Amino acid sequence: MPSLLSVRDVTISYPTENGLFTAVEGVSFSIAEGEKFVLLGPSGCGKSTLLKSVAGFIAPSRGTVELEGRTVSRPGPDRVVVFQEFDQLLPWRTVMGNLVYPLRVARRMAEPAARAAATRYLEMVGLTKFAASYPHQLSGGMKQRVAIARALALDPRMLLMDEPFASLDALTRRKMQEELLAIWEATRKTILFVTHSIEEAVVLGDRVLILSAGPGRVRRILDNPAAGQRETEAALKVQREVQEILGR
Amino acid sequence: MTAPELHAGLRKTAIVAILLVLWEAATRLGGVSPLLFPSASAVLAAFGRSLATGEIPGYAGQSLQVLLVGMAIGGLLALVLTALAVTTRVGAEFLETVTAMFNPLPAIALMPLALLWFGLGVKSLIFVIVHSVLWPMSLNTYTGFVTVPRTLVSVGQNFGLTGWRFVVGILLPAAFPYILSGVKIGWAFAWRTIIAAEMVFGVSGSQGGIGWFIYQNRFEMNTDLVFAGLLTVILIGLLVENLFFRWLERKTVVRWGISTGR
Repeated sequence: MPSLLSVRDVTISYPTENGLFTAVEGVSFSIAEGEKFVLLGPSGCGKSTLLKSVAGFIAPSRGTVELEGRTVSRPGPDRVVVFQEFDQLLPWRTVMGNLVYPLRVARRMAEPAARAAATRYLEMVGLTKFAASYPHQLSGGMKQRVAIARALALDPRMLLMDEPFASLDALTRRKMQEELLAIWEATRKTILFVTHSIEEAVVLGDRVLILSAGPGRVRRILDNPAAGQRETEAALKVQREVQEILGR
Repeated sequence: MTAPELHAGLRKTAIVAILLVLWEAATRLGGVSPLLFPSASAVLAAFGRSLATGEIPGYAGQSLQVLLVGMAIGGLLALVLTALAVTTRVGAEFLETVTAMFNPLPAIALMPLALLWFGLGVKSLIFVIVHSVLWPMSLNTYTGFVTVPRTLVSVGQNFGLTGWRFVVGILLPAAFPYILSGVKIGWAFAWRTIIAAEMVFGVSGSQGGIGWFIYQNRFEMNTDLVFAGLLTVILIGLLVENLFFRWLERKTVVRWGISTGR
């Protein structure tokens, strides 16, 4: 399968008060079209930094990030990020407005087409009833659903998810993981997902890249036969394997 | 309006009514000369007459017009200063320094200079109004821009927004609560300043505005009209702050669930 995204020998370092800090070092991987790829590692391993460089927010100090053979140099609506923070929705727009606005400005869609697309994706995340609500009236889980719907509506080449469920309570978090799997089944959108939760990585990832901390280096890229499963024999086995790699 | 709000409103109305009754009683029973302290009824009657002849609305309108011109110029300058402050380090330091310097300086203290530079007229008034609104509005707008949540900035960039589209689509609305509170503070300063500045015109004998109206009527010993003028100043202040700005807040920051906590 040809790869959609290739990250080649990427090192990201930036100056701090205590000199140059290297967040990630010599990381390479590639993601195929339609794949769910998880970056897993302890906090501070640079996995979010890596995602930000794929998004185009941070330029790698060395190496390249290529999407369909073109070097990524700036953020753009072909790689939409779903952030962990609940304040990623525009508070001055309704739920509908939050979906319609980027379609108008980033995709130059006409209002009726944008509304139609927005409605379709709000339906997918089950929030049609809240189209006229403002973000502050929603719960954390609902806000993240809106952010996912907004990202999908933009029809990006890939979805970049930066620990989007990390601020949610355990029950909501599980539910969101299931919903994301269902959405992926329906759309087959390529996903790069960052998490520090082993369970989440094994449920979601077709492949899991395990990063070591300080600086972040590739420990292993693991094929996950238990993707989409939870608490099955296969899933537990992969979880144990990941744990072992991380513990080393 | 919710029930507790309605009850609070009724109580406040009752307080005003009681104060008016006490005022009326005191002036009638106390034997104070109406030239020094007219009764509440006399003041209300004078206010009513003056409303009917269009005298008070005319002068108040004149004051408001000058004030709005001053605020508009101040607002534009504030935007320029803020734009410089957001984009350059020198601009930020300049804004912080001049704001710190000029904020403690009451606008009315500049009136003599204004008269020297611009003469007796509307230009002088506008000059002091601009001074009174520029610094608080700049400082608030600047704070608004620099406190725009990092995530929202990233989201805007992710949509591919750049340049003025980014400013209009993300920065301005995100900074709006601060801009609004800057305009509110600016209004409060400007309204107090213009009344005071017009008194200086009263001293020098030329015409204009509700401040001048108050001063002129003191000169002619129409004390009831002096009180009516003060009442007008209070009423306009209340209307703008409690009706207009409240309404604007309900339509924006309250609806959006974002505020500056002020």
